[in-house]
Amino acid sequence: MTAQPPDPDAQFAAAPERPQILAPPPQRSRGMAMLIEHPTLWIGLALLVLVTLMAILAPLIAPHDPAALNPAFRVKPPSAEAWFGTDMLGRDIFSRTVYGARVSLIVGAGVAVCASIFGLAIGVLSGFLRWADNIVMRVMDGLMSIPAILLAIALMTLMRGGSVFNVILAITIAEIPRVARLTRSVVLSVREQPYVEAGTACGTSTLGIIWRHIMPNTLAPLTVQATYICASAMITEAILSFIGAGMPSSVPSWGNIMAEGRALWQVKPSIVFFPAIFLSVTVLAVNLLGDGLRDAVDPRLAKQV
Amino acid sequence: MALLEVRDLQIHFRTATGVNRAVDGLSFDIEAGEALAVVGESGCGKSVTSMSILGLLPTPPGKIAGQIRFRGQNLLNASESRMRKLRGAEIGMIFQEPMTSLNPVFTIGQQIGESVRLHEKASRAEARDRAIEMLRLVGIPSPERRVDEYPHQLSGGMRQRAMIAIALACNPALLVADEPTTALDVTIQAQILDLMQDLRSKVGSAVMLITHDLGVVAEFAERVLVMYAGRKVEEATVRDLFRTPRHPYTQGLLKAVPRLGSSLGAETSVRLAEIPGRVPDLSKPLRGCAFADRCPRAQEVCHRIDPALETKAAGHLAACHFAPREVSAA
Amino acid sequence: MTDAPHLIEVRNLVKRFPIGGGLFSRSHKVVHAVSDVSFHIARGETLSLVGESGCGKSTVGKCLARLIPLTEGEITLDGQRIDGLSRSQMKPVRKRLNVVFQDPFSSLNPRMTVEDLVAEPLRSHGMARTRAERHARVGDLLEKVGLAREAMARMPHQFSGGQRQRICIARALASEPDIIICDEAVSALDVSVQAQIINLLMDLQKDLGLALLFISHDLAVVEHMSDRIAVMYLGRIMEIADRESLFRHPRHPYTRALLSAVPLPDPEADRDRAVLTGDVPSPIDPPSGCFFRTRCPMATDRCAAEVPALRDMGAGHMSACHYAEDV
Repeated sequence: MTAQPPDPDAQFAAAPERPQILAPPPQRSRGMAMLIEHPTLWIGLALLVLVTLMAILAPLIAPHDPAALNPAFRVKPPSAEAWFGTDMLGRDIFSRTVYGARVSLIVGAGVAVCASIFGLAIGVLSGFLRWADNIVMRVMDGLMSIPAILLAIALMTLMRGGSVFNVILAITIAEIPRVARLTRSVVLSVREQPYVEAGTACGTSTLGIIWRHIMPNTLAPLTVQATYICASAMITEAILSFIGAGMPSSVPSWGNIMAEGRALWQVKPSIVFFPAIFLSVTVLAVNLLGDGLRDAVDPRLAKQV
Repeated sequence: MALLEVRDLQIHFRTATGVNRAVDGLSFDIEAGEALAVVGESGCGKSVTSMSILGLLPTPPGKIAGQIRFRGQNLLNASESRMRKLRGAEIGMIFQEPMTSLNPVFTIGQQIGESVRLHEKASRAEARDRAIEMLRLVGIPSPERRVDEYPHQLSGGMRQRAMIAIALACNPALLVADEPTTALDVTIQAQILDLMQDLRSKVGSAVMLITHDLGVVAEFAERVLVMYAGRKVEEATVRDLFRTPRHPYTQGLLKAVPRLGSSLGAETSVRLAEIPGRVPDLSKPLRGCAFADRCPRAQEVCHRIDPALETKAAGHLAACHFAPREVSAA
Repeated sequence: MTDAPHLIEVRNLVKRFPIGGGLFSRSHKVVHAVSDVSFHIARGETLSLVGESGCGKSTVGKCLARLIPLTEGEITLDGQRIDGLSRSQMKPVRKRLNVVFQDPFSSLNPRMTVEDLVAEPLRSHGMARTRAERHARVGDLLEKVGLAREAMARMPHQFSGGQRQRICIARALASEPDIIICDEAVSALDVSVQAQIINLLMDLQKDLGLALLFISHDLAVVEHMSDRIAVMYLGRIMEIADRESLFRHPRHPYTRALLSAVPLPDPEADRDRAVLTGDVPSPIDPPSGCFFRTRCPMATDRCAAEVPALRDMGAGHMSACHYAEDV
């Protein structure tokens, strides 16, 4: 029998146990956490990817040439031969709808990019130069007082003749004020930040301040805004086409398809119905993406709304 | 039985990366009429403790365990309506930023009167008289006029006085003051401290003063509790703590504060004693003593065994394996 | 008097802010933030500006760094006037004069890496042309302020308040300035960290021969740091003197009151405190004569009638009180 060696720690009194009263949060990978916290982001993105793939692969997906006339096969209801039926000239609505995604996406993305670039430039300018601010913002206010759709119609009339470029240009001009206002408000708040003052004290030039300190802070809200603009541009484009002020009728855009089916919609609602569904789903996808982005970028904003 | 007894208080918050143990096993008493100061640096859990006493901590995301007994009754089980009755009537509160805790759309008089009417069932006229009387008591000039003014019409010092008037309107048994003078200038701070001291002797409230300013502690409190990383590391009377601090953290803090008059007469400027390193991350598990990483006296055992709070001298507690112990206390 | 000009010379600095005044209301109210302030800072010297909030001490700092325009007055750096310089003309001046701000959380752009932040002045002043050169310089600077070289790859939010203030100091040092303006640079820090930063500033000053304009409301810190101290009240300098003289023999009733109001971390200190009554008057409508007279225990009719000038009480101890001899 050997005596227990004396415990060297015996002289040190230990504090009582501090129990765990909250279970630690589950360990998730970053991607998983994003998915769980912002489902709208992922649903929107997934839908948008599907529509984009459809637009890119249109020649492979569409069973028929979207412009091919087939007078013998006019105004048919959906069938195995023509999934969404045919229109008054016998063109396959499914094929036209698939190709129509191209127009919508190009216009949506084009307007979002152009309006962001010009709006950012104008917003930064008026946020930074006091004298420019009054003039620029009054012009923007004037533009904003006209509903975007009316402004776009007026611009389209002025430009005589629809083309993708003209449509993008018209809608972009109508959307710029929203971006400019947003950018200006961000610039005005960021330029009051102490780190901007600190940058000035370091000898950084005004351009350097704008480029390094102010622009990066506008990117997050601008991206969110761009998605909303993209969605609203798609709708505006469809409306323009629908009333005949947008794309030339030869181009299969969702607005054009609906316009052509307008006369028959009580007899053959399917002509209007299918492109309308695609337009709605695409716009929904872009809006979901925007909401998700907003929540992910600025959690405070999400709680207020 | 002490007026307020806190036992094994734990306040934990769930964060994205783990559980933040903001307060971890805190026990202390406040006797009736006593002035207790709770000191520590930001993030040590002192403000969270005061919020939990007032029942103002949202749970979730927080979770509170342990007991907070006020006159023997556990406040952690009390209903919200009971807490509302206690706050203002029996437990008064003063916060750091008077502007955010005063309601901007009511006059000062209405806000003082509200608590009087709520808790003492006084009439409107009585409440107004009481409000004027309280404003005069806290040293606001021409209280008959000020009683009808709105918070934004008062200066910072005046607002803090108005806050004190509201807090003391119902003669609370306990006043919880969370950094009451931190946002104020020194000359105004001196006025407010004198005022609180004066009112304490008149009204007889116990005060729990939360502060990071050791100067304020020395001026105001009778007993001090030093917190570090959510734990109590030392507790003593003010005189004992400042004369013979026993925990290395307290010693470091006292040496790190620049004192008025201490660097005069020296040819070259004196270096301040600094505490190296930084406060531990409370959302990571902590082994042993929370201060061990920064402690000049730390030994191997300190990183292993969490030191118990021990009586090192009469009425002097410290949580350190190597704090000197007075013979009589052992 | 020496012929060489002081590093910084401020003469009769005035700063007024107009307030209100929108499109339809032309308000003529003016905040008198700084009135007729003059002082100088020698090479390698620490001058502190102390006073309570609203006394104009930070405004003086900002005018000096030309972060806001001044209303009247002259500022010279090494004999060269800098008060009228344009933004581009200020560039060489900014190389020699930098600022450390109070809040280490908001004065660092959260979207930039520490390397980019510290390299910003190097870039602006064309001091390190290549990437590698900048990288090496930033590493040296970080080590100088007690941070690891590796810190440069990280973002500001990954640091604690004290470490962020070290980054701010590294950044202010990058252009090898002659003077740094510390605007409440240690006020937002916890006691134990504050001591680290104060020691760091004092070490750097000794090693690099820096001058500091140290703006603070904390008298104990000021006493610890400064060579000379200017006490401000409501936009005017009340008293200016070297450290020993000011703290041992204050010659202005306001300085006295300020000193006696500081709570001492010693419960056994005897307290005979001259508590000031009332509040600071509004800088929109300051009192006539001496600005301090409304709270001054010594005020007489003369104080309401006459603005007291800063008078030399001997050995450079200046006081703006009619009764400075009796204080």
